Amino acid sequence: MFDSLQDRLGSILNGLTGRGALSDKDVSAALREVRRALLEADVSLEVVRGFTDRVREKAVGAEILKSIKPGQMVVKIVHDELIATLGETQVPIDLNAPAPVVVMMVGLQGSGKTTTTGKIAKRLTERQKKKVLMASLDTRRPAAQEQLKILGEQTGVATLPIIPGQGPVEIAGRAEQAARLGGYDVVILDTAGRTHIDEPLMVEMAEIKRRAKPHEILLVADSLTGQDAVNLARSFDERVGITGIVLTRVDGDGRGGAALSMRAVTGKPIKLIGVGEKMDALEDFHPARIADRILGMGDIVSLVEKA
Amino acid sequence: SRSSSQLTDSITSLFTKRRLDEDTLQDFEDVLIQADLGVETAMRITDRLSEGRFGKEIAGAEVRRILAEEIEKTLVPVALPLELDLEKKPHVILVVGVNGTGKTTTIGKLAAKLTRAGLKVTLCAGDTFRAAAVEQLKIWGERTGSEVVAKQIGADAAGLAFEAYDRALENDSDVLIIDTAGRLQNKAELMAELEKINRVLSKREPDAPHTVLQTLDATTGQNALSQVEIFRNVSGVNGLVMTKLDGTARGGILVAIAAKHRLPVYFVGVGEGIDDLEPFKAKDFAGAIAGLPVT
Ligand SMILES: Nc1nc2c(ncn2[C@@H]2O[C@H](COP(=O)(O)OP(=O)(O)OP(=O)(O)O)[C@@H](O)[C@H]2O)c(=O)[nH]1
Ligand SMILES: Nc1nc2c(ncn2[C@@H]2O[C@H](COP(=O)(O)OP(=O)(O)OP(=O)(O)O)[C@@H](O)[C@H]2O)c(=O)[nH]1
Ligand SMILES: [Mg+2]
Ligand SMILES: [Mg+2]
Repeated sequence: MFDSLQDRLGSILNGLTGRGALSDKDVSAALREVRRALLEADVSLEVVRGFTDRVREKAVGAEILKSIKPGQMVVKIVHDELIATLGETQVPIDLNAPAPVVVMMVGLQGSGKTTTTGKIAKRLTERQKKKVLMASLDTRRPAAQEQLKILGEQTGVATLPIIPGQGPVEIAGRAEQAARLGGYDVVILDTAGRTHIDEPLMVEMAEIKRRAKPHEILLVADSLTGQDAVNLARSFDERVGITGIVLTRVDGDGRGGAALSMRAVTGKPIKLIGVGEKMDALEDFHPARIADRILGMGDIVSLVEKA
Repeated sequence: SRSSSQLTDSITSLFTKRRLDEDTLQDFEDVLIQADLGVETAMRITDRLSEGRFGKEIAGAEVRRILAEEIEKTLVPVALPLELDLEKKPHVILVVGVNGTGKTTTIGKLAAKLTRAGLKVTLCAGDTFRAAAVEQLKIWGERTGSEVVAKQIGADAAGLAFEAYDRALENDSDVLIIDTAGRLQNKAELMAELEKINRVLSKREPDAPHTVLQTLDATTGQNALSQVEIFRNVSGVNGLVMTKLDGTARGGILVAIAAKHRLPVYFVGVGEGIDDLEPFKAKDFAGAIAGLPVT
């Protein structure tokens, strides 16, 4: 699908060989295609606007490298700016706090919170030799607590015993206490999915935060999300102050523009990506890979890098 | 909701005392893009809006109305009620879709509707992969008074579907609803497993599954188009349900899906509760995209 940006830019700009720098007119023409490409990749419109403005500033007057075509030059600038926006450095989960360090997972229904809880617990246990406790605060969705319990059994990570009738805030308190008494390094709180305009549930989420005092609050979000990405990321961030984002279903063939949207509106790092349903399908976030995917290409970039 | 009032505001301000010119149309297209209609569909609808009106003064409310009408035109043909052929007993409904889009919950809600209508329903816990998927469906079985046919995790889903068919025959069910594990459409191996369910069922009853419902999450962007494309090819999807319309996402990709696939959209999910499944209404859906006040 995405040879198209290169092709489209090619047909617009390739006539411009021989000139030394990109003109305002050339850049404007190219940016119309860039805008469209980003929207087709599900980058939210307001983020596209800011993004193309920044690209314009960098592109107008930029010297065209001798070995490449002007279209490729614009793509390179776009690509670099994508990476800058996505965050150049990897930011791992921060456990630098007195034990037990509380990690709280939040997000919309079905985004992958419970699965990701299991994956992170497994990773911290195996790679960082941490003693981890998982607790499900989801008293709403049928069998949600059971789901986390089973993931605990599969991964060999402890889960907080289920006590029917307790509410989420109460469970958070019990988890913190159990983690302290049991000498756990980390306690991960899996919460119920909630729509960001569901006021009672957003209030509940803030109460859980107050009770549990999490060191990390991770927004778990589907990489296939469309334009709503900005609304949901902003709302969750405003209400609880997220410390990072985990993108799920990156093993899908979506273009992943939601990553750019959420990072841009919250400024919070994308810490990890989910790449499958199994408990080891969790990877570090590499901005260049997501940038390539948003642009739907790999070739032109390596070409530019060689130039 | 917040987003539809945002849209209303933006369109109103866009069109108060404004001529329908290129800039205005561009802004207008943007409003559609923000509802996930996709660039192409948004352009197509904007072009239709401008026909015969270009250069003329037009008010915000008027534009909203025309916009809603244009979208509605595409959606009316797919806004159909789910009709079950009860000559087929049990009528088999297979529910498929990407992970977390709402299959199991929709099955619970649908079972509630059917049992209330006096039908006997059996549920098949065909998600033999995800942790506690069986337990989740069993709770919906209890809530709706439906028997649930299940096996241990890791069991062959197609074999289970086959057995569930026999069980539904035996207990004299009118409808058998089969849950399946969520899967991404680009995973060929998992899609092949889905195909196998159809193959095995049709050995038992040539026309089964009679209804294949696919759930689509309203927050999903352009990828939903390819979800329908592939699930339809592989498992013969013949009806859609759009879930999670109680959030701020408008699910506009459904407009492109309707234009391309013309598959009936039977229901929309508007919450997690048992009653939060409503018939799909083209006019309401189009109105929400256009930011019309809720009627
Ligand atoms: N392919 C794929 N599937 C995933 C990934 N992460 C989660 N899933 C699947 O997505 C579905 C939903 O995941 P859950 O972990 O139950 O999501 P949740 O956010 O806890 O859902 P609720 O608690 O109901 O709000 C399950 O089928 C998971 O197996 C991922 O990275 N890739
Ligand atoms: N707000 C809202 N949540 C919904 C709706 N439909 C389903 N959900 C929630 O979305 C989450 C996922 O729903 P499930 O029914 O488990 O989805 P699924 O497709 O069966 O998921 P997998 O089997 O893991 O692939 C759950 O938390 C549901 O309660 C809806 O219409 N609105
Ligand atoms: Mg969960
Ligand atoms: Mg399910």
